[in-house]
Amino acid sequence: MSNTLQGDIALVTGASRGIGAAIADELAAMGATVIGTATSENGAKAIDERLTANGGHGRVLDVTDGAAVEALIDAIAKEFGAVSVLVNNAGITRDQLLMRMKDEDWQAIIDTNLTSVYRTSKAVMRGMMKAKKGRIISIASVIGLTGNPGQANYAAAKAGIIAFSKSLAREIGSRGITVNVVAPGFIDTDMTRALPEESKQALLGQIALGRLGEASDIAKAVGFLASPAAAYITGETLHVNGGMYMP
Amino acid sequence: MSTIEERVKKIVIEQLGVKEDEVTANASFVDDLGADSLDTVELVMALEEEFETEIPDEEAEKITTVQQAVDYIKAHTKD
Repeated sequence: MSNTLQGDIALVTGASRGIGAAIADELAAMGATVIGTATSENGAKAIDERLTANGGHGRVLDVTDGAAVEALIDAIAKEFGAVSVLVNNAGITRDQLLMRMKDEDWQAIIDTNLTSVYRTSKAVMRGMMKAKKGRIISIASVIGLTGNPGQANYAAAKAGIIAFSKSLAREIGSRGITVNVVAPGFIDTDMTRALPEESKQALLGQIALGRLGEASDIAKAVGFLASPAAAYITGETLHVNGGMYMP
Repeated sequence: MSTIEERVKKIVIEQLGVKEDEVTANASFVDDLGADSLDTVELVMALEEEFETEIPDEEAEKITTVQQAVDYIKAHTKD
């Protein structure tokens, strides 16, 4: 799938490591001009260094800061052109049994994982409507479909992304813009490495393919949805989970 | 230099894909020109760009005819 994204401007949030980094690399390899974001200067610098060979760039962005989101998308439009591929990947976890969950744990997850998708999608809308084309791809999670003890906040946000994407797909489909979701299963990243060994073993037992997924497995799925090959797919959730959950 | 009326009319024709003679002053975007809600949002976006102004959402909702668009632009732009 080389060069199928030539001329596209792709914005990937949370691109300094894990799944986001793999997505940024994949889209860059497909020929897109990729702007990857991180919350810290160091993270943005690391993205810059990684992507520079492919003409990509790192930028600092806190996805919970609405003004910053708008400013970045304006700046990208001026410097590179309007964003034509948006990948909402930035996400965090604050796992806690509901009885012990604090309001902050709930709110932080909703803000960072769900409200951010609303903000970035809204900010790229004008440019995509004018261009009459665009791709919005958000990273949800198998947990948004199955639920998981200790992750009521995370599961709610991830399920919210799916419903949001279906609605938006219906709103703007007539303008040639597709809105899709990739729902990763259990992927080998810093986020899942932080899980206790016991729950990791329990999860592995449920995966048909018997192994963790790689970040690149998710990146390939995102690359497909961003490509012209996926032009007739919208409102869809692509499950990349090794058979851990089959809807 | 085209008048505001002419420039608004041109945008309406382009955005809604309607014929020039349909775009009368009192034509309603939705009822007469077949616009859906997304079309009206796009129309406002195009007017904002043409006249380099920002139309707040609560004002945009009140612009439902060609004449209302012209009146709004006249009241909110300098020349």
